[in-house]
Amino acid sequence: MTYDLVVVGGGPAGVAGALTAALAGLRVALVDSGLRLGGQYFRHTQDAGQHPGHAPALDRFLRQAGALGTRAEVLLRHQVWSVSREPDGDLLVHCATRAAAVTGTAVAGAAVIGGAPTGALGERAVVLRTRRLLIATGAHDRPLPFPGWDLPGVLTAGGAQALLKGGGVPAGRRIVVSGTGPFLLPVATGLAEAGVRVLGVYEANGGLGLARHPLLALGKAGEAAGYAAALARHRVPYRTRQAVVAAHGEHEVEAVTVARLDKDWNVLSTRVVECDAVAVGYGFVPQVELGTQLGCATRPDVDGSPVLRVDATLRTTVPGVWAAGEPVGVGGWRLAELEGRLAGRAVVADARPTLVTSTTRTTRTSTATPPPGDTAVVPGVFARRHQRWRAFGEALQRAYPVQPGWQGWLRDDTLVCRCEEVPLARLREARSLGATDARSVKLLARPGMGWCQGRVCGYAVSCLAGEPQPQPPRRPIAQPVTLGALASLATPEPTADADATADATAGAAPGEPHDDHPAH
Amino acid sequence: MSFHITVDGRPVPVTPGQTIGAALHAAGVRAWRTTRFGGRPRGLFCGIGVCFDCLISVNGRPPERACLLEAQPGDEVTTA
Ligand SMILES: Cc1cc2nc3c(=O)[nH]c(=O)nc-3n(C[C@H](O)[C@H](O)[C@H](O)COP(=O)(O)OP(=O)(O)OC[C@H]3O[C@@H](n4cnc5c(N)ncnc54)[C@H](O)[C@@H]3O)c2cc1C
Ligand code: FES
Repeated sequence: MTYDLVVVGGGPAGVAGALTAALAGLRVALVDSGLRLGGQYFRHTQDAGQHPGHAPALDRFLRQAGALGTRAEVLLRHQVWSVSREPDGDLLVHCATRAAAVTGTAVAGAAVIGGAPTGALGERAVVLRTRRLLIATGAHDRPLPFPGWDLPGVLTAGGAQALLKGGGVPAGRRIVVSGTGPFLLPVATGLAEAGVRVLGVYEANGGLGLARHPLLALGKAGEAAGYAAALARHRVPYRTRQAVVAAHGEHEVEAVTVARLDKDWNVLSTRVVECDAVAVGYGFVPQVELGTQLGCATRPDVDGSPVLRVDATLRTTVPGVWAAGEPVGVGGWRLAELEGRLAGRAVVADARPTLVTSTTRTTRTSTATPPPGDTAVVPGVFARRHQRWRAFGEALQRAYPVQPGWQGWLRDDTLVCRCEEVPLARLREARSLGATDARSVKLLARPGMGWCQGRVCGYAVSCLAGEPQPQPPRRPIAQPVTLGALASLATPEPTADADATADATAGAAPGEPHDDHPAH
Repeated sequence: MSFHITVDGRPVPVTPGQTIGAALHAAGVRAWRTTRFGGRPRGLFCGIGVCFDCLISVNGRPPERACLLEAQPGDEVTTA
């Protein structure tokens, strides 16, 4: 059988989109590589998931995730490595998993085609057939290389956050937080509140300090004040125009060099700070490869990163494919969740046109002629909120650019690519041989050709190659997949259509079941 | 209830739902493999399955990402 919608990503965007569509009676599957739903923002320990009563936003998310579990197929620990188009227009979502085969729920099994038993490598291929796809794959950290950044104990800011939120483990006992962007604040606050020493937050941009943090100017006074108060309470210094420019240690990080920077991030002076862990992050890289694989057009985000181009209903340029959250532009979890809902509504409108028009007609207040399609799907109030929050996300990104001076922090032997262990000197060599873009540098010096496929070093390589802005990824597959999983794909057996099940559940209206956003 | 896994024969406590990577980190084990060329130590870096720094062999299986893999009672982990 065929799903009406497959959602890739179980963060705020994916869960909101999947739930909106499932409540409208669509047959929905959501796939995530993680152990639990939540994505990055709502990542939680198993215990927090079982005993709610922590943060109101997380509790609300957990209720939604619970509701989704009863109405849709939720495939955790399933990593999507590619999506392909069938001649009849359906999409095949190719996953690899080590999880035990799904059983139990109504649509399970029937929709999963080509699932093969666990092979010698323990990895199984699972293929889902669907009419529509929602890409809600989020983002990953954007690290910048510096001497010693590959020492154990140096983590990305998001990595330290994920370790704390998902595992309950602080990255160290004496931690330095560095990089740029508002995300450094929750990372430092979380660690300090977990009871470890945060020796300092070093923000490479700015110069104004917390009292004039851009969050304030953007109407997020409460949020900024909350972080400021928490950092003050734990006596965590917040220093702007400073950054970790080197990490030192034999087998693990033992100290870092913190530099004062000019506005282009050239080093003015340095000092050494002893520590046992570092959390560094210079913003995020949206994960767009499932979209680019299918031919979705991209546009440069504020910081130049390629993001998927979408219309007001979050539809990409490829028929049947929607995207929401960080893959369409970095802007935080609230925006991601809103976009997930809007995309969910658009998918419902596409699948059941009569349902959506009949419910939105009663609520539409404007008498102006609506442009065809969009306002029925995205009522004005949502469209305006969406624009406002998107603008907020863009303003934050503009306030925290990456400045070129970081390239001066590197030494000849600093690894730029951690996987293939390519030092700066080899990239320089490639450039001197005439390589002036990331692709030709890659062919000559092999950065970005290892396991991570350039996700970690891609931005840095692009800058060091002298590209004006990073190009969209051209990875043939979105995730490395084992030969075992590929082999088990060899004999997919499409199963009989099972349309009957959908109509039985199609009664629910596409309402706004989870419209209780906080006011800000 | 918490349980143990073994790391090179040594018991390491695990809170249910923790990944192998989180359990190792909590026990102060922050590097568990070395790189192919430079022999440099590696452990967690991105924490979310993107960087592949954290590859580890559990129960003799081929390497998997420690940051994504949930620890199970009785797991035997070998570091390089
Ligand atoms: C490591 C990290 C930690 C972060 N922590 C915070 C935080 O604490 N606070 C904060 O305000 N912001 C945080 N952010 C920013 C975060 O991106 C947003 O706040 C928000 O989570 C975005 O929501 P989303 O739904 O777009 O994506 P996400 O929440 O990132 O969800 C995307 C989901 O898609 C899954 N996925 C991606 N690709 C695949 C695939 N190929 N196959 C299967 N599943 C896939 C991922 O496992 C993930 O669960 C963090 C970002 C990162 C990278
Ligand atoms: S820490 Fe990056 S993949 Fe596990």
